[in-house]
Amino acid sequence: MFRIKVPRFWRYREFRYRLSAWKCIHCGEVHFFKPLVCRRCRYREFSEVTLPYTGKLLAYTIVRSPPAGFEEYAPYIIGLIELEDGTRIVSQLADVDPEELKIGMKMEATFKRIREDGVDKIIAYGYKFRPAIQ
Amino acid sequence: MSRVYVAGVGLTKVDEHWKTSLEQLVTEASLKALDDAGLESVDAIYVGSMLSEILQEQGHLGAVLAEELGLSGIPAMSVEAATASGAASIYVGAREIESGRAKAVLVAGVDKMSDGMAEEVTSALMVGEKQEYTGFIGATFYSLNALIYSLYMKRYDVSQEKIALFPVLCHEHSVGVEHAQYPFKIKLETVMNSPYIAEPLRRFETTAIADGAAALILVGEEFASKLKSPKTELVIEAATDYVTPFQREDPLWFPALQLATTKALERAKISRNEVGIIEIFDATSIMAVISLESSGFASRGEAWRLLENGELSLSGSLPCNTFGGLKARGHPAGATGVYQVAELHLQLTNRAKKNQVDRAITGMAQTLGGLASTAFVTILKKVM
Amino acid sequence: MVKLDSIYIAGYGGYVPRYRIKASEIARVWGRDTVDLPVEEKAVAGVDEDTVTMAVEAARIALKRAEIHPSRIGAVHVGTESKPYAVKPCGTIVAEAIGATPKVTAADFEFACKAGTEALQFVCSLVGAGRIEYGLAIGSDTAQGRPGDALEYTAASGAAAYIIGRDKNNSLAEIEAWASYVTDTPDFWRREYERYPHHTARFTGDPAYFHHIVNSVKRIMDEDGYNLNDIDYVVFHQPNVRFPMVVARLLGIDLEKIKLGLITGFVGNTYAACSLLGLVRILDYAKPDQRILLASFGSGAGSDSYILRVLDGIEHKRNLAPTLDKFIERKTYIDYALYARNRRKIYM
Repeated sequence: MFRIKVPRFWRYREFRYRLSAWKCIHCGEVHFFKPLVCRRCRYREFSEVTLPYTGKLLAYTIVRSPPAGFEEYAPYIIGLIELEDGTRIVSQLADVDPEELKIGMKMEATFKRIREDGVDKIIAYGYKFRPAIQ
Repeated sequence: MSRVYVAGVGLTKVDEHWKTSLEQLVTEASLKALDDAGLESVDAIYVGSMLSEILQEQGHLGAVLAEELGLSGIPAMSVEAATASGAASIYVGAREIESGRAKAVLVAGVDKMSDGMAEEVTSALMVGEKQEYTGFIGATFYSLNALIYSLYMKRYDVSQEKIALFPVLCHEHSVGVEHAQYPFKIKLETVMNSPYIAEPLRRFETTAIADGAAALILVGEEFASKLKSPKTELVIEAATDYVTPFQREDPLWFPALQLATTKALERAKISRNEVGIIEIFDATSIMAVISLESSGFASRGEAWRLLENGELSLSGSLPCNTFGGLKARGHPAGATGVYQVAELHLQLTNRAKKNQVDRAITGMAQTLGGLASTAFVTILKKVM
Repeated sequence: MVKLDSIYIAGYGGYVPRYRIKASEIARVWGRDTVDLPVEEKAVAGVDEDTVTMAVEAARIALKRAEIHPSRIGAVHVGTESKPYAVKPCGTIVAEAIGATPKVTAADFEFACKAGTEALQFVCSLVGAGRIEYGLAIGSDTAQGRPGDALEYTAASGAAAYIIGRDKNNSLAEIEAWASYVTDTPDFWRREYERYPHHTARFTGDPAYFHHIVNSVKRIMDEDGYNLNDIDYVVFHQPNVRFPMVVARLLGIDLEKIKLGLITGFVGNTYAACSLLGLVRILDYAKPDQRILLASFGSGAGSDSYILRVLDGIEHKRNLAPTLDKFIERKTYIDYALYARNRRKIYM
């Protein structure tokens, strides 16, 4: 589990690279990974949507004891962001020091390295959020 | 439907057991439970473990434990529900007794975290979260707790000093407890001066790497009357919720725990006021506080008042985590749910030694998987 | 005569990472005199950034300005000398990240510091030939100089992206002409499995940088019938602040014309992104009908020249996304220790 398994991260690249997600046609619940059944209303049809790339910061913390594979990046910031459509997303925050963060500040999606495998050296990329550049 | 009784308990000390293997730990606890019940064998074995497949790369714990106990031949298997795996094994065992298919069942919980490096354990503890989502981005169990913690303090305007009283309470109760990992007192300033694990969460508001195993013997009505060991009656209920708390409507509320609590109280035919002892799942201080609120023992944003007023101490109106809870007794992941119920059993059978709570006739244990994606609520009643 | 017909820039974007290290800080570590350093400071990528991530950032900005659905992009070409993978294209990752997959061609180009303008040539050709509707050309690098080497003061990180199309109504500039000038001149190279490049010190000047740029500019001027008076802005490859000024003098170009696009003093040499990033800054300020001359340089060696004419669309499009100055102003200084950590010069 501490390795990057290529089929696993490849399978979900659309969400991780560009916030492509699935919205329940009936109740509007947003699912990051394509579901068969809506967890909220149990409807079975979904439309593919691109989530908004901007939102506001609700909370953040700093990971000081990282999981295996993230050692060289620690300490890093994990934030909770409410996107403009109301979807909440947990994300690493990039290009920012904790002192610069303020609850409610505008954030935007950016594309970063998440980590690389220690043995095979495959690189996993994905979204992180940074303070919006206006 | 048969009633379910706890007829024996076995605990190992929560510690870093360098010389002892996972198999040895769970066997030791199981043997103690069998001996406590005065039984040689059971009809089935259920083992709860969260991390053994990752850290020891050992699955198939049912057959493994049966063999260690010299009981190969009987049905045995493992049950998994993240940090609630131990409670899950109780749930399955209790249901089997209730159904009447088994007269006596051994349920055990075990984890041995010291076999992993710190980073490995941090990773492993995320199996209870959504790996492809929060696990992938490097979020940790504690960082998700920290986000909830920040939101909580902001919404309810409660300071960290109030919430950080929870670990202080736990350590007060662990003093002199033989099976506790940290049997000593700490001060609030010790908590507040401990380093951040993930702001605002400090090290002393979390649990440490721990090894431990606990086991119970569950029996039905027929056996209960035959066995001489002290017994309590057990009711267990469970509920689930979305795995990632932030996809829920309110991340500061544990609906699964609320639901399981209501169901368990109904089945036990008691009200909250009648709960004399409570075991709260304090994997972090903030989880303890939200648990007290979600299960209806405090109103929203007010759980800190119970701490401040001393109501949760051994002499208070609702003695809580009477052997130190996850924080001070220790939190060997999948074993914890069994420890909690075993400790209630010791209390209600008057074997809690210096931590004995007088007059209690009913106890509740809350065991959570992940950030309350799974909740088990067990109610034990004294058998008069 | 390589006069182009109806090749337009529909969108452009520049990205500079947040971190800066001062040349004086590098000089401090190696005990060098701080007088006459080649740049003031340089941009350094974060520990979670590389050529691909910066390429995506620049491409997303270009996409905002191009105002097209990414599925209309038929080619993603990335020029770089710092590929995260020796084998596995950057282009596929970029194409996927911006949503241009799967009906798209993708490739990486390498020609030292002119890989970006080379990628642009191929995209222009595909568009010009009518093979694709829009194409994306990117120059992106997290350039590395050997610790203590002269290049360490300047080797920087950045990316620039251009979306090329044939629709004049959706454009901000026309690419009127290009010309290349190439010889086998080994002034700078890196062999397989090597971490840092080798260079030939002063040989990188006259026979390499100056000779190739002067001749590619002469070629485009002569063959396409331009006069230096037709040109309002000029941007050269900028390995340091001095070289572009010297080559401007050699060509008789007024220094005022190169000032706007000369960003190496505070960004550093972003290699494959370098001249394209200077062009981004010019486009951020240029007015309709102004002409821009760009001449890149790639070691090994060659130079690509382009002539662009700014169109009315610029006024609308430049405001659709952050200008390069936003990224240049967004800066956090780091010391050499943090720089060494970020750029993985410390082996763990």
